[in-house]
Amino acid sequence: MVVRRRPQRGHRYTESPILQLALQGWRSRMVGLLLMVAFLALLVRAFYLQVINNDFLQEKGDSRYLRDIEISASRGKVTDRHGDMLAVSTPMRSIWAIPADARTMSGEQKRLLAELVELKPRELDARLASEKTFVFVKRQVPPQTAEQIAALKLPGIHEEKEYRRYYPAGDMTAHLVGFTGVDDKGLEGVELAFQQSLLGRPGARTVIRDRRGNIIEDVGATRPPRDGNDVTLAIDSKIQYLAYSHLKATVTEHHAKGGGIVVLDTRTGEILALANWPTYNPNNRAKLSGEQLRNRAVTDTFEPGSTLKPFTVALGLEKGKYRYDSIVDCSPGRITIGRAVITDAHPHGQLTVAEVIQKSSNVGTTKMALSLPAESMWTMFDDLGFGKAPQLGFPGEVGGRLRPWKNWRPIEQATMSYGHGISVSLIQLARAYTVFARDGDLVPASLLRVDQPVVHGTPVFSAQTAREMRAMLEMVVGPGGTAPKAAVPGYRVGGKTGTAHKLEGGVYANKYIASFVGIAPISNPRLVIAVMIDEPGGGQYYGGQIAGPVFAGVMGGALRTLGIAPDASLHVAAINDGKGRM
Amino acid sequence: MFRLNLFLLLLIVLCALAVVTSQHRGRKLFQALEAEQEKVRQLDVEFGQLQIEMSTWATHPRVEKIARERLRMVVPAPQAVVPVKLQEAH
Repeated sequence: MVVRRRPQRGHRYTESPILQLALQGWRSRMVGLLLMVAFLALLVRAFYLQVINNDFLQEKGDSRYLRDIEISASRGKVTDRHGDMLAVSTPMRSIWAIPADARTMSGEQKRLLAELVELKPRELDARLASEKTFVFVKRQVPPQTAEQIAALKLPGIHEEKEYRRYYPAGDMTAHLVGFTGVDDKGLEGVELAFQQSLLGRPGARTVIRDRRGNIIEDVGATRPPRDGNDVTLAIDSKIQYLAYSHLKATVTEHHAKGGGIVVLDTRTGEILALANWPTYNPNNRAKLSGEQLRNRAVTDTFEPGSTLKPFTVALGLEKGKYRYDSIVDCSPGRITIGRAVITDAHPHGQLTVAEVIQKSSNVGTTKMALSLPAESMWTMFDDLGFGKAPQLGFPGEVGGRLRPWKNWRPIEQATMSYGHGISVSLIQLARAYTVFARDGDLVPASLLRVDQPVVHGTPVFSAQTAREMRAMLEMVVGPGGTAPKAAVPGYRVGGKTGTAHKLEGGVYANKYIASFVGIAPISNPRLVIAVMIDEPGGGQYYGGQIAGPVFAGVMGGALRTLGIAPDASLHVAAINDGKGRM
Repeated sequence: MFRLNLFLLLLIVLCALAVVTSQHRGRKLFQALEAEQEKVRQLDVEFGQLQIEMSTWATHPRVEKIARERLRMVVPAPQAVVPVKLQEAH
């Protein structure tokens, strides 16, 4: 083996024999050129990526720190006329999981999670066994619980913000306010009718996040969220409560199938209360039936019976055919039209027009109706808003049935005069009575608060007729009338009873709808209340007995609530000891 | 020439440090702002919940129950009410 001598320190490399090899110059130039080309290629590629086609890398980079965040907007509130809340949203969290990741949780972690979301461990396992990449573990979890869950830092468990709708008034206003489904979609009532206005529009912002998820900087423009608009209803929640509790008590007491009540402000047409029975609790909608869901007062029609008589009589006065003291011969308590016989519940003899209303004579009303042209009756019913939907904007509102006058037979004209062969909803009936409460003009009913009284409505009757009708309606609740139980101590009230047979499959059955529609105070009317009780059981079924007391209770309370001074004498002398005190 | 360059170098280093510091402070402030805004959101939520709580306590059936049962209040009989005419203010 040859041992080579180590070069000494300071030895010049050029003296190395290897480097003294004479190489051709082109070879070094060749290497240099190749290197140059390689660098150039890199430069071109870099230029291409950075400048010409930079989207892809930009996106990759952004995705590592830029985040789009949604700023949630809340749904508008629904309030009553005084701002009391009827529906309000509160933030909640939904807990969702990526099942494949979540299955890696330890037994202890699973137990904790199941406890927090109030699920049985078995149910939780069943949810996490899913093959999907996304399952809800639990929706509508209160924020405090959600924070506890987040603090556990469980694998594959995530949270998302959502809202839950609360209805503080519960079953009291259920039919009116309605409710929303998941994802803030209005499904019934006002929630559905005003969906567009109530719905908020979420905002968005783009931010840079650091490694720990903190937001460091806003990038670009931020779109602010727009909260949904609040809806202020005409409802007065005190009057609503009165109406609801009286209706509930009466329906329960008389074992009726259902009922409805509407309170209208005569000056503005506002719906101050609207309640139905049966109802439901919108906060807990398990086991809901269609029967409970129906807003009878708006979406159901019925044959109103005698509550329609005042309109026929008013038309007779208006056309100059009768005066309030004209005599109508109602003996012998029945009248034959074609093959049909119309009878009175109690036979009457000679009655004045006012007494026809007071005693609710079918025969009297029929005679008056047959003296009037069919066309004028139809025109009046049409003017009163019967046969067409009341345009409240309420989902499912109906117009009822009013056949065109040209093919009315005399018997139809006769039955319509006392409210059969025509169907209306309770809200239509209440609204029609505003013509008597006002000076003969009709105002549109309103779900929303109206701040200005409606001065001129659509004229239907003259002021003179309206005044005379008010006097007649007052007699109904007086001695000798059909509804003494509808009287309200301290106030002059008036109204009309209705006891109508129910139509079942085209035949009148021995089932009844008891109703009462009334006005108070008579000296300067402020409220119209219409009450309808469906199929009262237990022997009593007259409107004056069943619906009258509901009217009286609600009217008395409502007038007091509104601070309307009593207009009837109240034996003040007996109470007042003369010293100005009680 | 050399001294000028050195001076400029120093200046650049100082500026760079200043940029870093101000960026840092900017982010600190931004985080504080974020925290405050988060607080606003939380207070909003709490306000909403308190409003709900309030309206739950103030529901009419509950008020009536307490008035009747605990406070033994009754609606005065109509005969017991004396309406008073408002005096015109002079």
